[in-house]
Amino acid sequence: MADFNPKIVAFVCNWCTYAGADLTGTSRMKYAPQVSIVRFPCTGRIDFMLLLKAFAGGADGIIVSGCHPNDCHYSSGNFHARRRWVVFRGLMDFLGIDVRRVQFSWVSAAEGAKWAQLVNETTDRIRRLGPFADYQRLRGLGVG
Amino acid sequence: MQALRSKARELLATKTVQVIIGYARGGGGRARAVFVREAAKADALVFDDSCQQNLAVYLSKPEVRKLGKAALVATPAALRAILQLAAENQIAEGELLALAVGADDVVPLTTFAAIEAHVAARDGDWSAAEKEELHKYEAMGLEERRRFWEEQFSRCLKCYACRAACPLCYCTRCTVECNQPQWIPVPAHDLGNLEWNVMRAMHLAGRCVDCGDCGRACPVNIPLHLLNRRLIREVFTVFGSRSGRSAKGDNALSTFKPNDPEDFIQ
Repeated sequence: MADFNPKIVAFVCNWCTYAGADLTGTSRMKYAPQVSIVRFPCTGRIDFMLLLKAFAGGADGIIVSGCHPNDCHYSSGNFHARRRWVVFRGLMDFLGIDVRRVQFSWVSAAEGAKWAQLVNETTDRIRRLGPFADYQRLRGLGVG
Repeated sequence: MQALRSKARELLATKTVQVIIGYARGGGGRARAVFVREAAKADALVFDDSCQQNLAVYLSKPEVRKLGKAALVATPAALRAILQLAAENQIAEGELLALAVGADDVVPLTTFAAIEAHVAARDGDWSAAEKEELHKYEAMGLEERRRFWEEQFSRCLKCYACRAACPLCYCTRCTVECNQPQWIPVPAHDLGNLEWNVMRAMHLAGRCVDCGDCGRACPVNIPLHLLNRRLIREVFTVFGSRSGRSAKGDNALSTFKPNDPEDFIQ
């Protein structure tokens, strides 16, 4: 599996994690290049359907990250998102989907190093888990 | 049953309500929903163990609301659905009256407070068999569970009977009908079936009142209520809230506590 290059999609909020990831770059820190970042206004906007669509589109792993609790630009978006993630993880597990494929995190605009670490660790984990063949096999008629 | 019929006759004769939403004898020994609008026709009403459908599903239908004030023959699950619909501002105090049918009496519940008290007095945990059913699937390995649901969902026809039967799936425009973007693919293939069933369960998380009508409505017998039950337990154990117990207050997923658990967040 060492030569497997996982496809990782990161759903991040505009105000904290996106700026944090920007800081990682401007600080010239190197990290795993397999991640595709998608910017959202807030973690509260990151619907579970987007995660499913990422898997359907061929993602092997997903990162969802935003502002730390109490730091939300819209004051409570991340608190609401946190509750939704608890429930979504419960449902994924019950349906037999490995919850290790979705990593939730808080990364602030000042945590460039944490972002690099998060991406590296997630990439390593997904590499160990291998391609998400079970999900990609579901892609059937007219979907792609 | 006689108590129910005479109460229905009285309510219609005195014009307290304009329609009784209840059960009548249907084909094959089953009960079906009936809308009684004249006192003379109250004898069509029945109530026995075959009356399982959650009649609260009709409360949000415009064609039913048009009939006027309703009295609803209510099972315990229907009472919870009424409270949840009230909490979500779908029905208002005084718009309906619930008829809780007992062994040989009928209790008319005219206010949400009365329904709350009635539900609270009879509230119980799941039966041992119901707990065992959920536990059976949780005890499976991840891969076994995935195969189980893949097989179940492979039979899904996307008929959306689960949605039609659910008293809390009342959106007039559902995400499955959105095609820009097309969130849920129209054909009934494995991926779309999984996405639909995940979405249905997630949209009911913290709202489902556990009537089980989704599973009963399913023409291919997918045990859909298990998904809801799993989330009901998650919401109760993690957030300590249960839907359908109060006519006021937020759903578990439309509120939060600053100290909600987050041990899974890196």
